[in-house]
Amino acid sequence: MTAPADLAPVGLATAGVRDIAGVQATARIVAEVDPRRGSTVLPVLAGEGPLAVRRTRGAGAEAQVTLVGAMSGPLGGDHLTVEAEARAGARLRIGSAAATIALPGQAGEPAHYAVRLTVEDGAELHWLPEQLISVHGSDLRVTTHAELAPHARLLLREEQVLGRSDEPPGRLTTRLTLRHAGRVLLDQELACGPGAPGGWDGPAVLGGHRAVGQLVAVRPEFADDPPKPRTLGEYAALTPLAGPAVLVTAVAPDALRLRRTLDEAVRLLR
Amino acid sequence: MSRAALLVLADGRFPAGGHAHSGGAEAAVAAGRVTDAASLADFCRGRLHTTGLTAAALAAAAALGVDPLELDAAADARTPSAALRTAARKLGRQLMRAARATWPSAELDALAAARPRGAHQPVVLGLTARAAALGPTDAAYCAAYETLSGPATATVRLLSLDPFDATAVLARLAPDVDRIADQATDAARRVLDHGPDALPAASAPLLEISAEAHGGWPVRLFAS
Amino acid sequence: MHLDHATTYPERHTHSADAQRPDGTRRALRIGLGGPVGSGKTATVAALCRALRDTVSLAVVTNDIYTREDAAFLLREAVLPPERITAVETGACPHTAIRDDISANLEAVEDLEDEVGPLDLILVESGGDNLTATFSKGLVDAQIFVIDVAGGDDIPRKGGPGVTTADLLVVNKTDLAPYVGSDLGRMARDAKEQRAELPVVFQSLRTDDGVGPVAEWVRARLRDWASA
Repeated sequence: MTAPADLAPVGLATAGVRDIAGVQATARIVAEVDPRRGSTVLPVLAGEGPLAVRRTRGAGAEAQVTLVGAMSGPLGGDHLTVEAEARAGARLRIGSAAATIALPGQAGEPAHYAVRLTVEDGAELHWLPEQLISVHGSDLRVTTHAELAPHARLLLREEQVLGRSDEPPGRLTTRLTLRHAGRVLLDQELACGPGAPGGWDGPAVLGGHRAVGQLVAVRPEFADDPPKPRTLGEYAALTPLAGPAVLVTAVAPDALRLRRTLDEAVRLLR
Repeated sequence: MSRAALLVLADGRFPAGGHAHSGGAEAAVAAGRVTDAASLADFCRGRLHTTGLTAAALAAAAALGVDPLELDAAADARTPSAALRTAARKLGRQLMRAARATWPSAELDALAAARPRGAHQPVVLGLTARAAALGPTDAAYCAAYETLSGPATATVRLLSLDPFDATAVLARLAPDVDRIADQATDAARRVLDHGPDALPAASAPLLEISAEAHGGWPVRLFAS
Repeated sequence: MHLDHATTYPERHTHSADAQRPDGTRRALRIGLGGPVGSGKTATVAALCRALRDTVSLAVVTNDIYTREDAAFLLREAVLPPERITAVETGACPHTAIRDDISANLEAVEDLEDEVGPLDLILVESGGDNLTATFSKGLVDAQIFVIDVAGGDDIPRKGGPGVTTADLLVVNKTDLAPYVGSDLGRMARDAKEQRAELPVVFQSLRTDDGVGPVAEWVRARLRDWASA
């Protein structure tokens, strides 16, 4: 992985020793509006252990942060957490420098990866990390929880790839929960790979596809004028949720074709 | 509790509108994903362990007396597809009509008044089980079994599948239904202490995607 | 069919479904139209709409084998404003939706009353089915069974619940009788034998006011409903 030239390390890695029990590490990002200049600043930007965070060059008044994997992982036994908060009026975009790769641990216990996003009124958060790749033999539990104020905006993308090329997948469980104005707007769980409940690769669930992804857009204006449901080819659909948000769900044979579909969805939602 | 009431509620001929819905089977058949008894079994197993578990837990929680409006909101959050939310509310409304005629109850009346266009079907199903003096596990069984019987019956019509083969598929999945009903009941009991967030939220991407496509077909045999 | 029951079907002039709406007002009269595929149910519904729409507030529910085909025909023909036509999907079993599990149709008639009411009349058209398909008394107050001369002049003799018990039997497409060799006199005699005093109308929609006798029968049912 080559770091872009404008990567500047911010924050301190305080953990990082990986023993057999795995690593516990949390990255924290807080974005708020600088009242003097009107642009978004980052009063908290702290990585830890395998989770390093860099401020990268953003467009206009937004702040852009890139998650940089400082170690491989998550490995079995790891507990990684990313917490990001966009305070009132802030504009924050978070991406990652490379795919996250779930690897087996030494003792066979699962790894946990938690993402907690908070978006206050008038703020906008784009959470657009690279793919999560579930390597053969790994066992990862991912939870993504977004807490949104009534006038918050969110664009969130999650992509899971089951196995590297020509490799059977590991075990992967993901749960995506969105709370908007205090009520749950979306709660979705997907389990796949060896040991997952029956039928996960069958004609109702993944049907042999090796990449699955979601794109969520939450915008206050959708409350009055939600986009109409539509398909994007045979294996993706856009649907309004029961609130000011839409969800795009897509399956694809591989990561590249999945990304193409989700990129098309982003364009549609502009 | 009357066990016979469970038979009445779980009977495929219970007049609650289910016969017009294929549970996603029509779209899966058209896409060539379900072609025979083996692929029907795989389809049913996947549906049972995803949306079937979620529906069974909602039904069990309603049967336990959890606030049906909270469960209805939880069902919305667990049904991202607009087409499937519409179908679930339509079926809920139709079941409500049959339920109030068969097991009149103030709780059913209250939910019908609060959701005149229909609450999510699994919530109505659980409340119906409660009105029939059935327990949460009974409600979970009904919801889990319906997850399978709908697609199986529809596939018999869509593919002219041998009805004996389709029924054998249902019989072979019985142990899975037992497990789902137990898991769903356990989850529903957790809701009593931890609220609806304790409900499972298992989802099936292809069911959601193809439901939106099916919703736009100009000609189809089934409503969903 | 049960031959030992041929002429002893129960009286149908009853209104088992609640005649009141929840707010206490009288609901619309519901008349079902059933009959085999291609006998002219949708054409009869269209003609009835044209004949009645100026004096009667009415709406239509169709039950298609495939979705919306018949509703689409009625929309194209513009016999009623679109909001007065609703299609019910039947999952490949049209007789189930009008007889064994009427919940979707009840919902459709109630929605029409809520959304475009008050209504005097709702016509519920079944999907084309076989001779045994009849409407549940929980759904309709009266039913019309539509057969046609081209389907064979032995249909009245064969009977079946539709032919023997419908409140009105319509023998359609009489203009085709000479071409298909159907004996209208024989059909009338057989129908009389099966139906005793229940009325039969022979109809051709190709003539001016061809639907007149059926429309008059519907008006009489509306008068009965209003005075009941």
